[in-house]
Amino acid sequence: MGSAVPRQRGQAEPGPGPQQRRAHLHPGAWWLWSLGLGTAATRTTNPLLLALLIAAAGYVVATHRSAAPWARSYTAFARLAAAVLLIRLAFTVVLGSPIPGTHVLLTLPEVPLPHWAQGIRLGGEVTAEALLFSGYNGLQLAALLICVGAANALASPARLLKSLPGALYEVGVAVVVALTFAPHLIADVQRLRAARRLRGRPDRGIRGLLQVGLPVLEGALERSVALAAAMDARGYGRTAAVPARVRRTTTALTLGGLLGVCAGTYGLLTAEGGTYGLPVLGAGVVAALAGLRLGGRRTPRTRYRPEPWGVHAWLVAGSGAAVAALLALASVRDPQALHPGVVPLVAPTLPLWPAAAVLLATLPAFIVPKEPS
Amino acid sequence: MIRFEEVSVTYEGAAEPTVRGVDFEVPEGELVLLVGPSGVGKSTVLGAVSGLVPHFTGGTLRGRVTVAGRDTRTHRPRELADVVGTVGQDPLAHFVTDTVEDELAYGMESLGLAPEVMRRRVEETLDLLGLADLRDRPIATLSGGQQQRVAIGSVLTPHPQVLVLDEPTSALDPAAAEEVLAVLQRLVHDLGTTVLLAEHRLERVVQYADRVVLLPSPGAAPLHGDPAELMSVSPVYPPVVDLGRLAGWSPLPLTVRDARRRAADLRERLAARVAAGSRADAAAGSRADAAEGSRAAVAGGSRAAAAAGSRAAGAARVGAAAPRQRGQATPPPAETSTAPALRRLFRRRPTPTPELSRQHIAEIRSLAVRRDRITALRHIDLTVAPGETVALMGRNGAGKSTLLGSLVGLVEPTAGTVHVGGAVPHRTPPRDLVRRVGLVPQEPRDLLYADTVAAECTAADRDADAAPGTCRALVSELLPDITDDTHPRDLSEGQRLALALAVVLAARPPLLLLDEPTRGLDYAAKARLVTVLRALAAEGHAIVLATHDVELAAEIAHRVVLLADGEVIADGPTAEIVVSSPSYAPQVTKILAPQPWLTVTEVRDALASPPTTAQARKAHAREAQA
Repeated sequence: MGSAVPRQRGQAEPGPGPQQRRAHLHPGAWWLWSLGLGTAATRTTNPLLLALLIAAAGYVVATHRSAAPWARSYTAFARLAAAVLLIRLAFTVVLGSPIPGTHVLLTLPEVPLPHWAQGIRLGGEVTAEALLFSGYNGLQLAALLICVGAANALASPARLLKSLPGALYEVGVAVVVALTFAPHLIADVQRLRAARRLRGRPDRGIRGLLQVGLPVLEGALERSVALAAAMDARGYGRTAAVPARVRRTTTALTLGGLLGVCAGTYGLLTAEGGTYGLPVLGAGVVAALAGLRLGGRRTPRTRYRPEPWGVHAWLVAGSGAAVAALLALASVRDPQALHPGVVPLVAPTLPLWPAAAVLLATLPAFIVPKEPS
Repeated sequence: MIRFEEVSVTYEGAAEPTVRGVDFEVPEGELVLLVGPSGVGKSTVLGAVSGLVPHFTGGTLRGRVTVAGRDTRTHRPRELADVVGTVGQDPLAHFVTDTVEDELAYGMESLGLAPEVMRRRVEETLDLLGLADLRDRPIATLSGGQQQRVAIGSVLTPHPQVLVLDEPTSALDPAAAEEVLAVLQRLVHDLGTTVLLAEHRLERVVQYADRVVLLPSPGAAPLHGDPAELMSVSPVYPPVVDLGRLAGWSPLPLTVRDARRRAADLRERLAARVAAGSRADAAAGSRADAAEGSRAAVAGGSRAAAAAGSRAAGAARVGAAAPRQRGQATPPPAETSTAPALRRLFRRRPTPTPELSRQHIAEIRSLAVRRDRITALRHIDLTVAPGETVALMGRNGAGKSTLLGSLVGLVEPTAGTVHVGGAVPHRTPPRDLVRRVGLVPQEPRDLLYADTVAAECTAADRDADAAPGTCRALVSELLPDITDDTHPRDLSEGQRLALALAVVLAARPPLLLLDEPTRGLDYAAKARLVTVLRALAAEGHAIVLATHDVELAAEIAHRVVLLADGEVIADGPTAEIVVSSPSYAPQVTKILAPQPWLTVTEVRDALASPPTTAQARKAHAREAQA
């Protein structure tokens, strides 16, 4: 892995040299980066920090996403994030919130509910505290979604597949086909909504969306079947002849390993298992890995030009991990700043060094060579 | 290499076998062409080779299919993947990965080839198919022809012994189709690959076939044998065979070259007829008598003259200046010195007069479109007049679909203006727009939402504010034997196109746009489409169609607009544009050059007309004196 040389953009000029490599960053690096950002987002509810995080992720996407169709899924994720935030707020307004508050913004007419529905409130007072609280939480969720969207936009999940061990490949394909289902669905919806225009129906609005629903699903289903047929015809799922002994060993190692992992984790978490927990977990992991490796023999697959994991990949993944680690640290050191209270109502402040830590997330925007457009 | 033994396939729920009595063998290294009208089970036969029928499609396969000695009953498709490469009709459904290079490697990865071998073969295949510039492109952003090439490349890389291709050139422009066929030819000749392919556009492939397997009708046992022999009985045949049958050549020529060598006599006969016809036309024009003129024109077999004659309100020069209706498709008798009047008649139409331009149905001025950082169109100027049929031709990805999209408001111009019936398409509400312009998209299925034909028609009438029953009447006209409760998905490609066309026509748009209408249509369906489009043009509809099908363009288009890289590179009458281009010339033109005939229909009409009458000769003499 380390043998790969980081390449500049200019080197991606078409050239027959055997070592010329596309200017792609390892997709795993982007996913680790966005996972790091997501983890960081779960550590704080400070709206300023979350906004900064979203902005940082958005900036990197804006500078580094390709013209590929899956890159457009970022917009969809951003919309979903906004929808989540709005729904969260709407629920608070309608259903109220357990947050005690004194700053009443408005009072909705309260719907009297029968006694068996006690504990549920419809309408009534809407306080600034409650709104703010759910706003903070909603923003946290939105930030998470945006991080996932960023990963999708920067590296297609299909490219991740190449880095899976052979034994897991087939499971991986299933997952990836399921993952790409959504972007394809979105593309279909767009195409069919455009086609509605040709029928003289409005191509915008909710009704338009609903009416294309059925054809879109039908089309998606048909495509899945066609894809499965094509994959089968091209050798997907071929197995190599493996001696029965090896097969049995593989099964034993994998199952035993997984059992060991479970038992070890249990041991670590319970009070009295501290002594055997760690060694059992370790043995389990080793056995499972050996099983996977041996299982790889059953798949004759080889890998075409695996993505190199170079310096850039380390830096990108590292920047994500650093953001996560620093915010986790900050949430322990300075919980007040990262979780601004809503009772009493205070304006959130921007804690300086956690903010600087979040800015680390923009590192990829400056160091990663852009994909040629 | 491939062996069918008394194979019949019955799909679940079907009363009759889709194919039966299939019994033939494809020897190693042959290119075998599977022909037949739509719906006879060509795809089923192809699917049986790769094992997808019945392993994936379900149904019952009786008999036995063996490929390279492996029985498809006991070998699943994946176990045949190293000997059979399959490309289906829809390349998009075939792709597993996202980018071109990965797609080419996918099959080899599954088979477990060594990385160095994979690398070498990917590079070779990129060069072989001209895909080197596209290696990193996401597949979804490629044009149809590029996708087709990637799909073929992706099954070539594992070097299968057998290639099975379902309509490999239908979506391609003539040049790209030639390329793909040249590749197949090379594989067959140099590598001994066995190729079995089905194709509707026989004019492109039949000359490459070593043998032909003909499925004459659904459920009938296939015939197999020498291409020339089978073509003489086949219900589907390319123009060259049509012409050969008309001229009574035996054995039938399959290539333009063979046909040319036999055509000297036919050319002479045609020249004589045209000379005669032209005299009659000239007489008609000089007498300036509408009734007389059309009679003489009919005698001369020239529809153009009929048009000219019927309008001739007392002017002999009308013939020369008259905007032609369908007459454009009529042959000018080029090399006959006796026809000066007719030559004038067929001379290139002068640039549209100001009076005409006011009536333009569509007007595009210096249009440019940029999408996703790519310039799709630039500096496009185009006008379309009522009753005119314009064929947009050009390479895959030249911007034809984008141009159609901008006419119907799907694509917003980056610069320049588009006016359709006085409105700006992308700013016009869809409800108003459908009454000005209608587009039948490349995939007609996109237009159809309902689950029965009847519901689709009712919805179309409502969308278009048309009288109830309008659309259904159109459907009945286009597809006489379709019942109300048929599901649009169960229709054949051609039937679906007709239904989409009826839906669009329900609003009676004066401008009708069609994107690749003949993809997947057999000759019969194409002939029906041609009849319908001609009738529409005669009613005054303007038609713009984007097509790769030169035979279709020759048949119906008055004007051809060639696009390249988003620019118009040629715009003129069909005869002029296609005759001057080797790749866009229809077969008949190539065979009968230098006489500019375009279609077999024209030749047939010309030959059917009675020889020169004495009366017409006299009339000609009189005109000469005048």
